[in-house]
Amino acid sequence: MKIKDTVHYDWYKKVLIFLVILAGIVASAVVTEADFLEVMQNRKQMYLFLEKFMKPDFAYIPKILGPMMMTLKMSVTGTVLGVLFAVPIAFLATEVVTSNKAVTFVVRFILDVVRTIPNLLLAALMVAIVGIGEFTGVLTIAVFTFGLVSQLIYESIETIDFGPIEAAQAVGANKIQTAVWAVWPQVMSQIAGYTFYALEINVRASTVLGYVGAGGIGVMLNSSLALLQYGRVSIIILVILGVVAVVDFVSETIRRKLR
Amino acid sequence: MIEFKNVSKVYGNGVRGLDHVNVTIQDGEFVSVIGLSGAGKSTFLRSINRLIDVTEGEVRVDETSITGANKKQLRKIRCHIGMISQNFNLVKRSTVQKNVLSGRLGYYSTLRSILGLFTKEDYQRTLDALERVGLADKLHSRSDELSGGQQQRVSIARALVQQADIILADEPVASLDPITTQKIMTDLKRINQEMKQTVVVNIHSVELAKQFSTRILAFKSGKIVFDGLPEELTGEELKRIYGRNILEDQKNED
Repeated sequence: MKIKDTVHYDWYKKVLIFLVILAGIVASAVVTEADFLEVMQNRKQMYLFLEKFMKPDFAYIPKILGPMMMTLKMSVTGTVLGVLFAVPIAFLATEVVTSNKAVTFVVRFILDVVRTIPNLLLAALMVAIVGIGEFTGVLTIAVFTFGLVSQLIYESIETIDFGPIEAAQAVGANKIQTAVWAVWPQVMSQIAGYTFYALEINVRASTVLGYVGAGGIGVMLNSSLALLQYGRVSIIILVILGVVAVVDFVSETIRRKLR
Repeated sequence: MIEFKNVSKVYGNGVRGLDHVNVTIQDGEFVSVIGLSGAGKSTFLRSINRLIDVTEGEVRVDETSITGANKKQLRKIRCHIGMISQNFNLVKRSTVQKNVLSGRLGYYSTLRSILGLFTKEDYQRTLDALERVGLADKLHSRSDELSGGQQQRVSIARALVQQADIILADEPVASLDPITTQKIMTDLKRINQEMKQTVVVNIHSVELAKQFSTRILAFKSGKIVFDGLPEELTGEELKRIYGRNILEDQKNED
């Protein structure tokens, strides 16, 4: 059997691709002056960190639970707020409902802008505007959720069955009545699904919001790191992992039921 | 009474949906509209409740111009025109009751309909309409649990609660089996006879058109090429409408 009869007939292409990638890595290391040897020489520091990190400070748990709950509350409140605002705006963002190109265009443009702001930057902005604290976290999450969910909603509105819309128009319903009676029932369960999806993302994201002063568990994580209390850092991360896992599980179970 | 006065519809792509149509449909008629796909049947039907805006001429419903109506007047006229379509146009995730009740939307203010504050009378109308089409036991079923024929009867019930004077049916039986087709057409005929509602139905089957209607209109390239009684629709006429004698074709096949 010759090699050109096997699935490896184009082996030289694969080798070439591998070499190109390797060259890319080396080139970028050179450009950024990254030195692998230096990393190896400093491994002692790494061991030191890992050693402390591997010994979670379980006694610290009671002090974490409060801020962790606060983070959860921030996520839930922010998600709910964000979705509440996202629903009507998403309806405006589809021609299906507005039958007005200009309105749709403007609303979508604003939503696009909102979405381009990264989470942490948004939090930093909010801190600058509103000040430090949990409320800032809630606002950040709300704005982020708003951008995320409104796009998901208007995209699902565009894929609904248009028959009921025509039927509603034919019985003399106005625009709002059509939206409420012909569009809403078709996207309602999807919106509920998106809400839980956003909540999953938000719980994860909100844990670091404290970094920039937006409250919650992130504040403790930040200060523990700064004080080189790696035992505490480790237990905080473990608690976050546990909470995120639970939220993901609950949310996914509910989302599966909604389908 | 539905009046078309010199009505034309030219679509954006230049296609002529209607070409100078003049026709009057009296109250209580059962009119079947036949013709090839793309001949203008749907355009004709949708001009009556202005789901399509015509480009020329005037459509009048019960002496009121629908082409000249403003938004509010249009909604008011539409309250009195029921519509049934091939795809049933039900909200599949909603219950039968909600779908039928939505036929009353035009009579309610925005706020009341959002809150679902329907009157006792309208709940009763919904029940009556469902009884009429034999689906009273399905009141709280989700619409997508029903068969195609049942869904079409729900959409008929929705037109019934409107207490419309006119019912427009766009290919109401195109996706149904022959037995269900007979039932649906019989339902429409009964509504026409018992409740004196004018029925205009687009239909592909010439046999059904002949069996159920009091008058047949045939469209070809946006023009009415036949307007008469079912018995006047001879093989010769069909040849003119469809380009070949389809009744003869069928006999030969048998």
